[in-house]
Amino acid sequence: MSYVRSKFRHPMLPVNDLGYTVDFYEGSLSTLCAGCGHDSISAAIAQACFELSIEPHKVAKLSGIGCSSKTPAYFLNNSHGFNSVHGRMPSVATGANLANRDLIYLGVSGDGDTASIGMGQFVHVIRRNLNMVYIVMNNGCYGLTKGQDSATADVGSKNKAGSVNLFETIDLASLAIELGATFVAQSFSGDKDQLIPLIKAGMSHPGFAFINVISPCVTFNNNAGSTKSYDYVREHIEATATVDFVPIMKEIRADYEEGSVESLKMHDGSFIQLHKLAKDWNPTDRVSAINAVQTAKAKNEILTGLLYMNPDSTDLHELIQTSDRPLNKLTKKELCPGSEVLQGINDSFR
Amino acid sequence: MSEIKTNDFVIRFANVNGTGSASANALFTKAIFRMGIPVTPKNIFPSNIQGLPTWYEVRVSEKGYLGRREGIDLMVCVNPQSMARDVESVKAGGYFLYDSTKPLHSQFIRDDINYIGIPMTELCNLAFSDARQRQLFKNIVYVGALSALFEIEFDVLIELLGEQFKGKERLIEPNITALKMGVEYVHQNYEYPLDIRVERRDLLGDSILMNGNTACALGAIYAGATVAAWYPITPSTSVVDAFAKYAEKLRVDKTTGKKNFAVVQAEDELAAIGMVIGANWNGARSFTATSGPGVSLMNEFLGLAYFAEIPTVLIDVQRAGPSTGMPTRTQQSDILEAAYASHGDTKHVLLFPASPKECFEFTAESFDYAEKLQTPVIVMTDLDLGMNDHVSAPLKWDEDCGYQRGKVLDAAALDKLERYGRYLDVDEDGIPYRTIPGTHISKGGFVTRGTSRDEYAVYTEDGEIYRRNMDRLIKKWNTAKEIVPAPEFYQETNLSKHGVLFFGTSTYAAEEAIELLKQEQISLDPMRVKAFPFGEAFADFINSHEKVFVIEQNRDAQFRSLMMIELGVNPEKIVSVLNYDGTPITADNILKQIKTNLPI
Repeated sequence: MSYVRSKFRHPMLPVNDLGYTVDFYEGSLSTLCAGCGHDSISAAIAQACFELSIEPHKVAKLSGIGCSSKTPAYFLNNSHGFNSVHGRMPSVATGANLANRDLIYLGVSGDGDTASIGMGQFVHVIRRNLNMVYIVMNNGCYGLTKGQDSATADVGSKNKAGSVNLFETIDLASLAIELGATFVAQSFSGDKDQLIPLIKAGMSHPGFAFINVISPCVTFNNNAGSTKSYDYVREHIEATATVDFVPIMKEIRADYEEGSVESLKMHDGSFIQLHKLAKDWNPTDRVSAINAVQTAKAKNEILTGLLYMNPDSTDLHELIQTSDRPLNKLTKKELCPGSEVLQGINDSFR
Repeated sequence: MSEIKTNDFVIRFANVNGTGSASANALFTKAIFRMGIPVTPKNIFPSNIQGLPTWYEVRVSEKGYLGRREGIDLMVCVNPQSMARDVESVKAGGYFLYDSTKPLHSQFIRDDINYIGIPMTELCNLAFSDARQRQLFKNIVYVGALSALFEIEFDVLIELLGEQFKGKERLIEPNITALKMGVEYVHQNYEYPLDIRVERRDLLGDSILMNGNTACALGAIYAGATVAAWYPITPSTSVVDAFAKYAEKLRVDKTTGKKNFAVVQAEDELAAIGMVIGANWNGARSFTATSGPGVSLMNEFLGLAYFAEIPTVLIDVQRAGPSTGMPTRTQQSDILEAAYASHGDTKHVLLFPASPKECFEFTAESFDYAEKLQTPVIVMTDLDLGMNDHVSAPLKWDEDCGYQRGKVLDAAALDKLERYGRYLDVDEDGIPYRTIPGTHISKGGFVTRGTSRDEYAVYTEDGEIYRRNMDRLIKKWNTAKEIVPAPEFYQETNLSKHGVLFFGTSTYAAEEAIELLKQEQISLDPMRVKAFPFGEAFADFINSHEKVFVIEQNRDAQFRSLMMIELGVNPEKIVSVLNYDGTPITADNILKQIKTNLPI
């Protein structure tokens, strides 16, 4: 980590549609270890919001506890953040989202925070199809308590202390697809060309968008023998199709040859363009998505890209039919039935 | 026949759970209520859906004593499983009403009580062909028999059936038939009315008969709560059920059909309170309802809400613990757990309603307190208040009273500030200003966190800054003392050397015991506590009495501990009056315990 951030900015930094430069989307100085994959993800989040011209105060960033959960302080300084309790970010995000459906909810979690202590809430927030982006910064170990294995460590993977993980790994992407998540992607912290469009697409997806990002822990899980070290991940990564995200206001341009580009229209009218590098990749087929993730896993490979998406996603608000106006904007006039109605209620108890 | 007792008796119904007895028993209670006579029913039920014994006890009291009373004057027993115990529990000279289709075994015969046999099964088998009707109408037959024995006005019963089956009118006729079968059997076979009987009065004014959980739910509706998140747990479940029911009626936009509320059944209590905190953080009024085991699970989050200063409303309908305890029995045993929920230095505002009217008011006000103080507020009811019907003054809503949302800065206010500090004590009352996410594009944003931070919400581990923040939270706590409801006194000035204090559902039996003591020339100054933290009036009361009796329904005298911890009250000064068998405390019990300790 560096202790002082340079205030120098290039005078010709590009501005987005709102007239802001990318530094308007930055956060405070990170206190994570130098080279931590999480910092790259924070930068990707800031870049995605900048490119989408989102007003930063329209984003609420939430997290649990752990190294990854510290990151909301390191991007989008003008957004409200909520660093909650360990494994419980999904419930806080659910309440927040129910209160105001007009904001964008960005949840950041880690593999301990999601796959162990927070497994119950992770599972249920998927079932409810809460409209949020849920990023797991997945390094297979507990950083803040110095390197214990997490539930996403692969069987046979060696931690820094030299002990080998004996227990079956939890594959979060497969699990999310299985549970009915309506947008599931996987990426690598060191691949911002892939990660930024995925985050942008997730933000436009009207429902639960899960992005599992392999993010090596430089301090406790970057040793030979770990299957989440930088070297291992680089050597074992396999991309599905690459993704471009085209916001609603932009015209779709087919930069790629006919037949290799597929556009998927999202609910809000924006498009995801899929460059079909991998053969026969169809991200709307749940069964083949699970199959592909598992096949890659059997070959010790990590399949990245947009694995699955349901373009007809119905989020929690639509499911329970809450008012279009955010609940936190309703006033006493709309909420309080008044004393005359209460008279009638009293009468029904006499 | 002995001396006639009008409007003064206790009747207990011994039923089998799941046989439809609840609505028949409620019909009996409601009829007495309609006749203008004070009445109080108590469910004594098992943690079971079908098959186990369940009791329903009704006290009728001309004097208006609405606590539980010991001694059964008349037992209606339709449950062979519990018959031995039920026969035993009748007062000498009392009555035992049973299904005489089969003769009563000699082991159940006592020579000091009276037996009234009604062949309920036989009568129903003759009159009805459907098996379900044969079972259900046995209950109505005994209500008919009781109406003859007690002289309950038959027209009132007919009127109530008409209301109950509005829209299902075809059910009225067989119910009336069953009622009449009971009446006629008594008329033909027994002397009636009994020496215990009812007579119409006008003692209830505009009172209502309602349970506390319904009242809490209505309080949340009226206070503008929009997000309810919960996990089912007895005895709190009907709070959110009632909230959903009334919200479906009162909070659906007529033009769009969309809902101005959200109810989420969470995966557990941890998630329930997490959702409530998330919604309140984001500017909606949100609440949950639970019982002791749920509060245990919510502890971590309550600490976060306290430290991060997020308004949170929690309704704790207490039951008998520890652990699963007696989930369907009542207690006031979450006092310490709720007051100090969570690790580290935490304390929470508690409110102690004693009636459905107060359940409504305190729940509604709890949202104001929570938002004014930016902290959790826990409404402490119990199974007795929550699930049993109580005669109560009607619910009242003051139209002029707006929602008090506390210190929230909007975009215009933020624009005027050079730098916003979430935890700055601007007004020196310990309460800082909050902002709601999405308010301002470049001002007012910060990271809410459970870790230490400075006045500007910037993370810090500086011990001095941490201590300063903890001290401000105590300043806020002292502000809370002035905001929460003050205790109720029953006297202008102190009349006695000794005092007695109580709260919540102990109030009914306590008030009765105090009157009974008065009749014996023993006078005590009563104080009914409505909230924690304790304010000046509370401390003055303790200081101005030599001894104070503290009535509470738990084993460990938890409220007494709270007084010792918070006010440093000398333990010798406090005499505990306790009840913890899972049934509501009685006046006799209080009387006995107080007299054992007198003179002091």
